[in-house]
Amino acid sequence: MGRIEWAMWANEQALASGLILITGGIVAVAGQFKGWPFAAYAIGAGVLVCLLEYPRGKRKRGSTMERCGQKYMTAVVKVFGPLTRNYYVRAILHAVLAVPAGFLLSTILGTVCLGIASGIYLLAAIRGEEWSPIEQKPPERPQLGGGTIKQPPAMPPPRPPAEARKKPPLEEAGHTNPVAVTAEAE
Amino acid sequence: MLPSFPPWLPWTHLRTCLHSQGLPIQKATRNGNSCSLAILHPPQHPAPRHFNWIVGALTSREYYRAAWLGLNVFLFVYYFLLFDKDKKFYYTRVVLGSALAWARASAKCLNFNSMLILLPVCRNLLSFLRGTCSCCRRTMRKQLDHNLTFHKLVAYSIALFTAVHIIAHLCNFEWYNDSQQAADGSLSSILSDLHQDEESNKWLNPIRSNNTTPAYVTFTTIPGLTGVIITVALILMVTSSMEFIRRSYFEVFWYMHHLFVIYFAGLVIHGIAGLVRGQTAESLKEHNPELCAQDPKQWDRKNKHSQCEEPEFGSIPAEVRALCCLAASALLHFPSAVMHPSKVLELQMHKKGFSMEVGQYIFINCPSVSCLEWHPFTLTSAPEEDFFSVHIRAAGDWTEKLNDTFQQQKPKTPRIEVDGPFGTASEDVFQYEAAMLVGAGIGVTPFASVLKSIWYKFQHADQRLKTKKIYFYWLCRDTGAFAWFKDLLASLEQEMEESGKAGFLNYRLFLTGWDNSLAGHAAFNLDNDTDVVTGLRQKTSFGRPMWNSEFSAVATAHPRSVVGVFLCGPEALATSLQKCCHQYSSLDPRKVKFYFNKENF
Repeated sequence: MGRIEWAMWANEQALASGLILITGGIVAVAGQFKGWPFAAYAIGAGVLVCLLEYPRGKRKRGSTMERCGQKYMTAVVKVFGPLTRNYYVRAILHAVLAVPAGFLLSTILGTVCLGIASGIYLLAAIRGEEWSPIEQKPPERPQLGGGTIKQPPAMPPPRPPAEARKKPPLEEAGHTNPVAVTAEAE
Repeated sequence: MLPSFPPWLPWTHLRTCLHSQGLPIQKATRNGNSCSLAILHPPQHPAPRHFNWIVGALTSREYYRAAWLGLNVFLFVYYFLLFDKDKKFYYTRVVLGSALAWARASAKCLNFNSMLILLPVCRNLLSFLRGTCSCCRRTMRKQLDHNLTFHKLVAYSIALFTAVHIIAHLCNFEWYNDSQQAADGSLSSILSDLHQDEESNKWLNPIRSNNTTPAYVTFTTIPGLTGVIITVALILMVTSSMEFIRRSYFEVFWYMHHLFVIYFAGLVIHGIAGLVRGQTAESLKEHNPELCAQDPKQWDRKNKHSQCEEPEFGSIPAEVRALCCLAASALLHFPSAVMHPSKVLELQMHKKGFSMEVGQYIFINCPSVSCLEWHPFTLTSAPEEDFFSVHIRAAGDWTEKLNDTFQQQKPKTPRIEVDGPFGTASEDVFQYEAAMLVGAGIGVTPFASVLKSIWYKFQHADQRLKTKKIYFYWLCRDTGAFAWFKDLLASLEQEMEESGKAGFLNYRLFLTGWDNSLAGHAAFNLDNDTDVVTGLRQKTSFGRPMWNSEFSAVATAHPRSVVGVFLCGPEALATSLQKCCHQYSSLDPRKVKFYFNKENF
């Protein structure tokens, strides 16, 4: 298991936990269960976790598949610098966010899943992983000639004067070819 | 990895549909030349063209999926109506509302799908079914080999029904608790108080005390606790099976998926306690809920004038069907290893009780590398040989370690366990007079087996072999990792020359990762007998093949044959080959026809 980046799996787990927190919270608030303020909190915590975890970090080796439309959230998450880059901070944040949701049955599943995600992030942090944003590559200008033209000429080639460029009439052509010559189509 | 039939190809569909249903198809001969495919027993009343298209448009796979979906819908609706309308649950519904029906219906669907989910991936059950079902072997094999897509579909439905089930039970627990704590004399609070003090087990409300929370009840009852455990196991399995995680870090997916043991064990225990209750049959005789619900104060077993006795409740056993998987039986082998350039290891093992066909794959486990990991590899030997072999390229943790283990040449050869073979054997390849085989990159591996088998059959004048000419196209970036395949082609070339059948195999190699220096070198050595890159007689071409010229050349060479086109490679190539097949197939049934087969090698 040498090349695993635990943070990638922790990211999937945390995103799933965020969605579970939101769902449990909505059920409890809609049903007006006892203790529903905890559920309202769980909805807010779930939304925060989802927004934080939606942009996937860049893998150290190989290419990373971006999630659909993640570049907007990447810009926001990048702003927080070390707070979002460091996985220790994320592990502690998720553990702290998970605790209050544990007081209500509807959201307790979200607590357990977010707790597991926090544990995996801790493992990733211990192994020295970091979140790095997936940068957008600047669009390359299409090069003429497929990149083989390094220094296109600036001046037209030298030509003889206009009178000399007239073709000689056909009867003065050199010889007739014994074998028919066909021009090869490129 | 799995083929999908685009719905706009009626010809290919109809042919596959007919093949898979065992309809007799035979080539009719006419003046000694073969014609295109004709059905031996034409229908009595030929159906209109558009009906044929509709019938042919659905493959057998889609029929199975429609049946599965239909069963799910039926189970859900049937049990929903049962729990929502039956008199037995009248009082349960007073407390819980329709959440009871939602919870029970989704539970039945969960049982059904949990039973099914193991079926597509239970390898020995697959082998057993494949072997015994000789009547419809082809359909069964094709369906069972499209296992992973079905497994994922069932997994998604389990996740969906789990969500419905949990939400319904959240509501149930909350309302049970509310009605236990309510002291307003409502019907639900009266029902909750019934039989609570006795030992008789006739109660309705499982929550006994007035000052508890649903969370406490969940974790102190068997269904609640097992429910939480198996849901957490399910969520861990789902997040580690996301495509990105599976393709990048296979071991996480593999080990986490073993949590299915906890899932199934918990599922069996989950329904045992019987917290969902309905009125017992005897009680229904003495107490009709529809009449007696209006006046609960009249219920009194001591009052002889009352029409309604007190209702009594019993538990509904939750039926859980678990499917036990047959234990995997792996054959032990001590292979001989051959090292090839570019870190390719060939393992040759002797067959004892092992029979294979072309294009199949096996699972390999090496206990000295890793006890629990099984990896699939395509077989590269032909069925006619007395050993079977695989070629393994070092491209990941496990394969690198395997390579090192065999390179160390310890006194005792490492032990290998083999499971299989699996996969759809492509017997069609021998049925066409002319065949175009296209292998791209790693897709060339099954063709090693195919080419060798065709050559053996040709040598021994095997009657099953109808092929007279093979066009083999090999596309790859560079031949480095496939030097062993190059050697195979070289040896085939030599053998063909020796037996004077040099025209049988016509192969072309296309290097798509070329640069100017390579092309310049090739141009310089154009007049040599052998190719400068590969050393084979056939010259290497650079870049991608121009399929139009290839197809027109084959069509010109075989104006009245049926040509089978086989591909093992990327989807984009499949699309362009399909287009060419259509374009160059003549409308006249006596002339050339190209049939495209993208088999799941």
